[in-house]
Amino acid sequence: MSELTTSADAITSENNARYYVREHHPEHSTLLGFWLYLMSDCLIFACLFATYGVLGRNYAGGPSGAALFDLRLVAFNTSLLLVSSITFGFAMLEIQRARLRTTLIWLSVTGLLGACFIGVELMEFVHLIQQGAGPARSGFLTSFFAIVGTHGLHVTFGILWLVTLMFQLNRYGINPDNIRRMMCLSMFWHFLDVIWIGVFTFVYLMGVLP
Amino acid sequence: MSAPQEHHGSLKSYLTGFVLAVIFTAIPFWIVMGKVLINSYVIGLILLGLGAVQIVVHMVYFLDMNTKSEGGWSMLALIFTVILVVIMLSGSLWVMYHLNHNMMPGMMTESRMEAKPASIMLPESTGTMR
Repeated sequence: MSELTTSADAITSENNARYYVREHHPEHSTLLGFWLYLMSDCLIFACLFATYGVLGRNYAGGPSGAALFDLRLVAFNTSLLLVSSITFGFAMLEIQRARLRTTLIWLSVTGLLGACFIGVELMEFVHLIQQGAGPARSGFLTSFFAIVGTHGLHVTFGILWLVTLMFQLNRYGINPDNIRRMMCLSMFWHFLDVIWIGVFTFVYLMGVLP
Repeated sequence: MSAPQEHHGSLKSYLTGFVLAVIFTAIPFWIVMGKVLINSYVIGLILLGLGAVQIVVHMVYFLDMNTKSEGGWSMLALIFTVILVVIMLSGSLWVMYHLNHNMMPGMMTESRMEAKPASIMLPESTGTMR
């Protein structure tokens, strides 16, 4: 029994030691936690990339990537997302200078670019499905729709978050909470651009190679 | 990735990142759309290399990644994730490639042997269908 109590004492004292260490940087925890979420999201996309890597050439007698992909449209979409990344950067710079109006302007530009991206992507999906190249056509198209669709869903939720944040900023102004939210959304938005690099390289450009 | 009161990134770093990102996006599209090279293996390797470099550019200039932020924990999480992703991607491709090459011939001879009686049966069954 005495052994048990001493070990319990040891555990509590250890907890105390950890507690004091953690107190050094409590304000960082949200951003680190959000970064860990993004890393786990990265694993979801890695699974989808692996699926595309395995199934990407299984056409089942259906159309290939070279026949389906319109690379000019993909290049246009890529530039939309890339420009939206830097406009979000401008919004971050403005919120750090505590300028609400220009922050909101840059955020709305970013949101519009994101919405255009989603619009073009949906147009592409509708076009493919009308051609009879829907996700059920072949293993290649299943994995294609899964990966591009998941990325598009992320961008859609990013836009939803962005609009919500614009209302919050409009109502409560620039306060530490809103700055923290902006930094999380900034990481999310730039992260989606990083994933898109993988998509246009691995799915579209390598997909049209013979 | 730094504390809210610190500077997150400067105009210069955003613009540098943007210019580099545009260059690293334009080159792969130019290679593929302009049909600059013939060998698709070489093109594939170049595309993957350029993509990897562009991801690093985005991480450094847009996501403000460095070894010091969050006391090194975010970099540690990133390295761990990269290791997992590499194992997952290369492992899946490697295993499935060998599975395709080693299993397919055996399966095809087997299915051919089994297919013979079925093919004899086939006209009958289709006849009853009609």
